[in-house]
Amino acid sequence: MRISIENFTKSFGDTTVIEDMSLEIGDGEMLALLGPSGCGKSTTLFAICGIHRMNAGRLMFGDTDVTEVSSQKRNVGVVFQNYALYPHMNVYENIAFPLKVRKESKAEVDRKVQEIAGLVHIGELLQRRPMQLSGGQQQRVALARALIRKPDILLLDEPLANLDAKLRLEMRSEIRRIQLATGITAVLVTHDQVEAMSMCDRIALMDKGQIVQLSTPKDMYENPSSDFVAGFLGNPPIAFLDGTVADGEFRLANSQVTLPVPSGIEIPGEGAPMRFGVRPEFFQPGNPLKVPGKVSFVETQGREELYDVMLENGAVLRSIQSQNAGFRLGQEVSWGIEQDRVLAFGPDGNRL
Amino acid sequence: MTSSNFRSWPLYLILTVISMPLVIMYVYLFVDTVTDTTAGSLIPDRFTLHHWRFLWEEPETGRVSIWTVTLNTFIFATCTTLINVSASVTAGYALSRLNLPFKRFFLGGILTLHAFPTITLIISIFLILQMIGLYNTLIGVILVKAALELPLGIWIMKGFFDNVPWEIEMAGLQDGASRFTVWWKLVLPQVQPGVAALSVFVFLSAWSEFILPQVLAPSGSAQVLSTYLSNLIFDDMKPDFNMFKSVGVFYALPVIIIYLIFNKQLMNIYGGGTKG
Ligand SMILES: Nc1ncnc2c1ncn2[C@@H]1O[C@H](COP(=O)(O)OP(=O)(O)OP(=O)(O)O)[C@@H](O)[C@H]1O
Ligand SMILES: [Mg+2]
Repeated sequence: MRISIENFTKSFGDTTVIEDMSLEIGDGEMLALLGPSGCGKSTTLFAICGIHRMNAGRLMFGDTDVTEVSSQKRNVGVVFQNYALYPHMNVYENIAFPLKVRKESKAEVDRKVQEIAGLVHIGELLQRRPMQLSGGQQQRVALARALIRKPDILLLDEPLANLDAKLRLEMRSEIRRIQLATGITAVLVTHDQVEAMSMCDRIALMDKGQIVQLSTPKDMYENPSSDFVAGFLGNPPIAFLDGTVADGEFRLANSQVTLPVPSGIEIPGEGAPMRFGVRPEFFQPGNPLKVPGKVSFVETQGREELYDVMLENGAVLRSIQSQNAGFRLGQEVSWGIEQDRVLAFGPDGNRL
Repeated sequence: MTSSNFRSWPLYLILTVISMPLVIMYVYLFVDTVTDTTAGSLIPDRFTLHHWRFLWEEPETGRVSIWTVTLNTFIFATCTTLINVSASVTAGYALSRLNLPFKRFFLGGILTLHAFPTITLIISIFLILQMIGLYNTLIGVILVKAALELPLGIWIMKGFFDNVPWEIEMAGLQDGASRFTVWWKLVLPQVQPGVAALSVFVFLSAWSEFILPQVLAPSGSAQVLSTYLSNLIFDDMKPDFNMFKSVGVFYALPVIIIYLIFNKQLMNIYGGGTKG
């Protein structure tokens, strides 16, 4: 079901957390709300499910205005960060609770629980208590409970934050699989860009209660609208070079090194500050546009190696290369930047 | 508790020596109720059930049967517990979770009342009960006792409710349950150790209450065991100390049993945790 948030404002007491936010989520889409801690992701999520009342604005599910509808009647499934399983009930009772509340018949409840348990692969765990489950299993139970009454919308608040790295990887694809299998409209809150990029159709990147950019993961990665977005996406992160415009080129701060500006952008006036963003994969030994520097940090990541190269003015560029390139710490190198992939940002941080 | 580099027997020895007089007193108390001792001797020499005759003999005229009194005490303690616990779980929840007006005032008030020496209120309570006609009735004492224990109960239950993750409630609402269902089916089971502990605590406190029944329901059909016991020693022309002790043991027995069964739950009151 389509969700549209129109001019949503939320404040707690005197502090306004979200101001005039608008967001449209398509039917069957999985959208990520991504952003740093405290930017208002959970607040937005809780407004969608009705836990928080909106101070201003309108919320539509499909063609229905649900702004004033209570949580119970919104038919939204929520998975909370700590799963919020009911500790005194076993897995079966946990999953069946939403149906019991609706007084469905025993046979019906049983059939649905078995069905959903099959979908999330917890068929053998039904008699256990939540305490006797691993994090990943609890996660699956929480998902099953959220999905059992066939909600129109599924909301996930940092569903993977409490899992270890390997489980996180597994549950990432699991949640996506289940979302696709049910065709449900889903909103995922996360501060992990990898999660957002790998699981969702679109990402809404938030900062200080505002949506800074809304686009597909690939587009957001390649065409960030600001240096904040560019810095938020990508692991290892993008490296920034600060400098100024000089003779239509980019001159590094405190240095005579100049770099050509990528084609097709509007160059600010002479002397104006400018920022270059270079992703690690576009700073490689083979590229033609060389910048000299010294290897200041080496990190082996298994398949790849990550190098930090300190330029003569103290700025740092990052490079990620396949294993066994064999560069050592302190070595003088002269690697090149892929000119067309450089991201240029103006003085206000916006993309040029 | 016991680690290999810590020898526990000296500690046990010291504890044993210190608690010896207490233990001897208790042993004597019990032994005296079933024996007779020749005057001047310390060692009892005859077994007898004579001191326990109050259990089966018809009471003297003007006296109430011990069983009536026991039933009274039981009703008194049970009703006090029921009233107190049901008020505490609802009030505690409200203070912990709901957005009440004057919440800080209520919380402060409860703490103050808890610290308040209730004995200073007894005269006014006495007058009020007499005015509304509940003087010398069981209902009157029950209401007063339940009310006086309320600040503690509310405070303890609030502590337990504070420890329940609010996500559980939110999840419940999201699952379509009403606020009441959420409270009854999801929240209350989480604080069940608190409810158990508070129930035992209030029951025992009511069972051993003396001042209130003594002042507010001193005689006749509303008597409880504590007042019966004190009447026994004050009224009689020739006090029978061994019978007094027997009634005392009879009176203390339920307390001891309850303590033995529920001591784990009682610990919870001080832990305040959700583990149980
Ligand atoms: N009940 C509340 N009362 C007052 N302020 C609140 C309340 N809930 C959230 N806030 C404030 O609103 C802001 C946004 O909170 P929110 O929980 O939405 O952040 P978030 O993006 O989910 O962060 P995180 O990633 O840490 O969960 C924060 O600054 C927070 O302090
Ligand atoms: Mg959050």
